[in-house]
Formats: sequence, structure tokens, C-alpha cells
Amino acid sequence: MKMNGGQMVCASLIREGVDVIFGLPGGAILPLYQALPEFPELKHILVRHEQGAAHAADGYARVKGRPGVAWATSGPGATNLVTGIATAHMDSVPIVVITGQVGRAAIGTDAFQECDITGITLPITKHNYLVMTAEEIPRVIKEAFHIASTGRPGPVLVDIPKDVFTEVGEFVYPEEIDLPGYKPNLDPHMGQVKRAAQLISEAERPVILAGHGIILSKAYDELLELAEKAQIPVVTTLLGVSGFPTSHVLYSGWPGMHGMAYASLTIEESDLIIALGMRFDDRITGNTATFATGSKKIHVDVDPSEIGKNVQVDVPIVGDVKRVLTALNKQVKPATHVDWVNHVHQLRRDHPLMGSDNGKMEMRYIINEIAEATNGDAIIVTGVGQHQMWAAQYYPFNQPCSLISSCGSGAMGYEVPGAMGAQVAAPDRVVWSIAGDGGFQMTMVELATLVENNIPVKFAIMNNNCLGMVRQWQDFFYEKSHVATVYSGNPDFVKLADAYGILGIRVTDKNDVRAAVDKAMEHDGPVIIDFVVEQDDNVYPMIPAGMAVDHLIEEPRPARQEVRG
Amino acid sequence: MNYNGTSNRHTITALVEDKPGVLNRVTSMFRRRGFNIASLAVGHSEIPNLSRMTFVVEGDDRVVDQVTKHLHKLIDVIKVSDISGDNAVTRELALIRVKANVQSRSEIMQIVDLFRANIIDVSPETLIVEVVGDEDKIDALQNLLKSFGIQEVMRTGSVAMSRGMDSAFDTNGSRNAKAVKPVIMETGSV
Ligand SMILES: Cc1ncc(C[n+]2csc(CCOP(=O)(O)OP(=O)(O)O)c2C)c(N)n1
Repeated sequence: MKMNGGQMVCASLIREGVDVIFGLPGGAILPLYQALPEFPELKHILVRHEQGAAHAADGYARVKGRPGVAWATSGPGATNLVTGIATAHMDSVPIVVITGQVGRAAIGTDAFQECDITGITLPITKHNYLVMTAEEIPRVIKEAFHIASTGRPGPVLVDIPKDVFTEVGEFVYPEEIDLPGYKPNLDPHMGQVKRAAQLISEAERPVILAGHGIILSKAYDELLELAEKAQIPVVTTLLGVSGFPTSHVLYSGWPGMHGMAYASLTIEESDLIIALGMRFDDRITGNTATFATGSKKIHVDVDPSEIGKNVQVDVPIVGDVKRVLTALNKQVKPATHVDWVNHVHQLRRDHPLMGSDNGKMEMRYIINEIAEATNGDAIIVTGVGQHQMWAAQYYPFNQPCSLISSCGSGAMGYEVPGAMGAQVAAPDRVVWSIAGDGGFQMTMVELATLVENNIPVKFAIMNNNCLGMVRQWQDFFYEKSHVATVYSGNPDFVKLADAYGILGIRVTDKNDVRAAVDKAMEHDGPVIIDFVVEQDDNVYPMIPAGMAVDHLIEEPRPARQEVRG
Repeated sequence: MNYNGTSNRHTITALVEDKPGVLNRVTSMFRRRGFNIASLAVGHSEIPNLSRMTFVVEGDDRVVDQVTKHLHKLIDVIKVSDISGDNAVTRELALIRVKANVQSRSEIMQIVDLFRANIIDVSPETLIVEVVGDEDKIDALQNLLKSFGIQEVMRTGSVAMSRGMDSAFDTNGSRNAKAVKPVIMETGSV
């Protein structure tokens, strides 16, 4: 069938099962936009800023488990996507990004709104393409989705010159993919699996450290089976939170810089770490030279380059974590590890997360209230900072894949468009965005997009009138010198909500928190709650950057009580 | 584990798609990850639309292991082989413009003969010497010619090939080997 390039893009997206695109038009991509009405299966959500499109595609992909799609015009449209692409890259999220480019003849001439977006995104995409003829479009789009969603997922960018969108050619959608340089290694080496099983059977104090890979490959059942069969405590990474039931007796939190002390200690005291679909990020290891020196390590990852990158391991296994676990579970012998499991429970009793009983508006109190009101079943999207850490510490995450957060990149501003994408992917779920007043203001332009498309995200702005996490670092490491962290001109978020036609609620008293949360839940449509919280509250525990667990700073005890054993 | 922590040179070859931007992808990866390339040579391979690159990389075993894995990870890279060691031949070509007058010319020609190099251009004040060999041989010739006054050196960077077919790290084009090999390297089970 004859089509122009723009039609080919749309037809190809439909073949890939795409139902929604986040984007914003401009000259170079306009011919693609003009083809859209012919493809009613594709819903386009018009964002207010392209960063929002990329983050929304990312939030969509994390929840849906399928690539999200964002597109934008050339030059500034393309560069506005960059933060979102980098975020998806750091967290291995499959997104396909399409950018318009200046006409072929103008490439390289510094034409109006020309920028080398394939060059710019080279180190932050899994792969990218510059398409020079319309007939390549179907193959490139098919490859883009394949590369984005298989192996270790990640963003793929496709840059298409304006006159390629208008060029007419024969539309042939390829059946097969021919990428000789890309064959992800999914099935494990059985010898390695046996060696891993052997190490597990020899271990007295094993711990599973489960990462994003569990969620990406939906290996929930296999992880549960391994943990239960050999009675191994499970710690997750921040991105791995909700990959294992948080209410399970074997669950032992998440470790690292602001992770639960008992999780970090469980890892430190173990004699075997079974690392599954994670990458020994520095927020977990601190100084790699002193990280868990007493334990052997099994490292399972689908990306061979992760193995041996940050820490040396004893048994590496390259493969899809679901397949690896399926094979491993057959080899692993049942065990009990009674003393060790009891010890891990004791660590939890000795180093609990603390709650507040001081009558003040603290973020964790609010998160606990949201947890109760939602039964722990909501999808929680966060920004970056203190509220992110507390949300991850205190929310129960009863549903798999329910913490959606920019972890590797730590991109403030994720909380608005990320939540938008998550809600679009799961219209029937309750989505709460736990937002920082700083991050919220980076991307709150998308409130208009939420209203236009009636996307009912509930925002809990944790308004401490400052860049809280940075303020905390200044308190800890810079003699409390609050340079450029305290706001003096925050907007009135309730009036702001009003300006957008959104329900806005301000809460300044602890006793009003629950009522506001309930009201937001009952309201049909987006809601903003401005929770005016303590400015000087700090996140504990804390392991300063580059340090080991022995430098862990725990919350001062008096005046605190346990909230969760 | 065979990480010995000592820094040395490794020769790595890669079969890559002959497409615009591939060299950029490869060098960008080296730059971003902080890997050191001592030399890089690129040319067509025996297969249409595929090129072969030879890298000489500096670093300990851990670094070289990471280099090969990150090369593998690039979609346009089809096959990577670490062919360091005795079972490979490496050759580089160099052109050296050296000052030569009537007195020094014959002395230079003797040295050139010793190295089985060639003189490919003669002018009243200079000679251009062409030499082929491994890096050490070229370094040695360059050293000897220094005293005459070297005006310009142009070196291609090493190209390399394993002898026979049984290179320990030859991935043999097998797709699975692409990912499995580095793991086996690491655990020292080869
Ligand atoms: C885009 C971006 N810029 C800067 C930072 C550095 N940073 C990390 S946390 C933080 C403070 C975030 O403040 P807020 O969103 O109000 O959240 P809070 O820590 O107060 O909960 C900053 C500035 C970042 N992570 N992302």
C-alpha cells in the first residue's frame, strides 16, 4: 500500500500495539501530525512541555509493561525531551521517542531548529536512528520497539526529517527482525545455575537483593518461590520495591543511603548475596571496597556489561531473571535458615522505622494516612527528595509494580508527568503523586494536560517550602548553611489548582489529613492537596555518600515511637 | 577469578555494521566510560556491509572485560574478539619523513634495510620511509631515525588477526557466545 512517511509512522505504531502518544507539534513534525486524524486508534495527548511527554511515556511504560511513546518537533522540542530520555535510560524503561528533523537537504547546515538529536542522545539511548527514506520507516519502528522492550529495556529514539514524512513509498511491515548485532542472552548457562545453587546450599546467611529486573521481567512468582523454598530473606533495591510482597515474613526492606537500617544490616551480615536484576548502584553499595566484604555474590542480570562493573562477583549468570529463577528454583534444595531468619527479624526490631507522635505535620504521617485510605493498593508516583524516600519507606505497596519513581537519574519534576503516564496506563487504578513543592513546580504545567484529558491523579504536595533533601545535606554536611534551598515565594497551590479548575485543598493541621485524603479519593478528577509540612524534618536513616553501613546515622530515639515493626 | 589488576595492552577486534555514525557510537562509548584507546584502525571486512575495527586498549583485565562487554552491547557491533596474546598477529604501517642529506642518506638506507622497510619517496632534503610491523618494531625504527631528524610520522594503528581458527576468545559468530563469553572469561573457566 502506498503511504507517505507520516502515515507509515502511524500505521507502524498501530502494528506495535500503541494506543497513546504524548507529544507536542512543531514545524518539522507537522506532516506527521496531519496524518493523525486518519488513525483514530492512536490517542494523542497534547502536553505543555516536551519533558512532560517523555516522562509520561516513561510512567506509562513502567505501569503498562510495554513501551511508551513520546514525540516532539526538531531542535528545542527534541532537546526538551532529553531529561525524560535520560531518566528512562537510567532506570531501564522502554520508551520509543520520535523526533522531527529538518529536511534532508538542510541537515548539517545549522538550519532553523536543527539540532543533532541523535548525537545528543547517543549516550542516553539504548539505540537511535536517523531515517533517511520513507520506506525504511516500518523496519526502523519495528526494530525500535523490539530493542526498547527486549533484553535490558531502554529508550530508543527515531529522528525523521520533515521531507521524509511527506515522501510517498510502499508500506511493507516486516515480519522478521534482522539485527545480527542484537541477540539478548535470555537463557542462562546451566553450569552457572548449578554453581549458584551450590553456593546457596552452602550459605548459612543468604540474602536476596532483588532489583528492577524482577518487575521488568514479571518474575514475582519465581522470586517468591526461591525465597520460600530456601527460606531466604529478601531485600529489594528502591526500583525493586513492590517486586516482593512487603507484608511477607521474609521481606526485609530496601537498603542504602536512606534505606531501612535493617535492610542494610541484613546485607552486611549475610554470607551470600543473591543479586537479581540489579546493578550494585552506588546508593546501595556506598564505597564498593567496603561493601559486604564478608559475603559471596551471585549476580543475575540480562545485561552482561553489568556483571563485574561495580563489584566483583563469584557466580555471574547472564539471562532474563525470570528464566534464570525458573532454572535455579529446580536446582535449589529446600532449607530453613531458622537462626538467620530470626536474626533478620531481630535486626528489624532493633532498628525500626520511627514514627512521629509530636503532633507536627510530618510527611511520613501523611504517607501513612494515604496508605490507610488506599489500603496500600494505590500506584505511588514520586518526585525526588525527602518525600520520595519517606514514600518508599512508609507506603506498604501491596500491589506489584506500584512504586513509580525516577531512581537512577533522580529527576525532580517526574511527579507530575510521570503520574499522568501511570494513570493513563492504568485508568482504573488509584494513582497518588507524592510530590515535592520543588519538583512539582518544575513540571506543574502539565496540570492543564490532566484537566484536558480528565486524568484523575491525586497530588499530595509535601510542601516544606524548601528543597528539603538538599537542605538536609546542608544540615548534615555544611554547618546548616541554607544557601539557595529555602523558598520565599511559593505560589498558593490551592489558588493554582483553582486556576486550572482542579479541586485544591490545603491542610495545615495533622487532624485534618485523613479527611482531605478521603475527599480527594471521592472526587472524580484530579486533586491537589497542599500539605504544609515541617521544614526541618530529616530523613533517617542515612549513610553518607561513599560510606559503609558502619557510618549509618539512625534517627535520634526519644520522642519517637515505632510505626511499623 | 583471573583479575590480576595489572595494566597492560589488549588487542580487541570488532565486526561492525558499515553504517554512518558507527565509529561515533564506538568512540562515544569509550569516552563516556573512560576507557583508553591506544590505537584504533577501521576498514572493510570480507563481508559486504560489515567493517572490522581493531582496538589496542590499555587497562587491567577488569577494564578490558568491561570494554568487550560494552562493545557487545552496541546494537551495531556484531562480534567482538579479544585476541591478545601469542595466538594473534598484529601489524601496523607507518610513514616516516626523515631529514636526509648526501652524507646521512646511505646510513638511513642501511637502517631501513635492516628493518625490511622501504624508501618510497626521495627529495633533496628528506626521505619517506614506509615500514610494516608490530608496534615495537615501528617504535624501534622511529627511535633510530630520531637522530637524523624526523619531520612527520603517520601511523595507521595496529590491525590484528588470530592465527588459525582456535583463538580462545573467538566468539565464532555464535549469538549466545556473544553474551556468555565475557562471563566465562570472568570466572576463569576457560
Ligand atoms: C532536576 C533536578 N535538579 C536538582 C536536583 C537536586 N535535588 C535533589 S533533591 C532536591 C530537593 C527536592 O525538593 P522537593 O521537590 O521540594 O522535595 P523534598 O526534598 O523537599 O521532599 C534537589 C534540588 C534533582 N534531583 N533534580
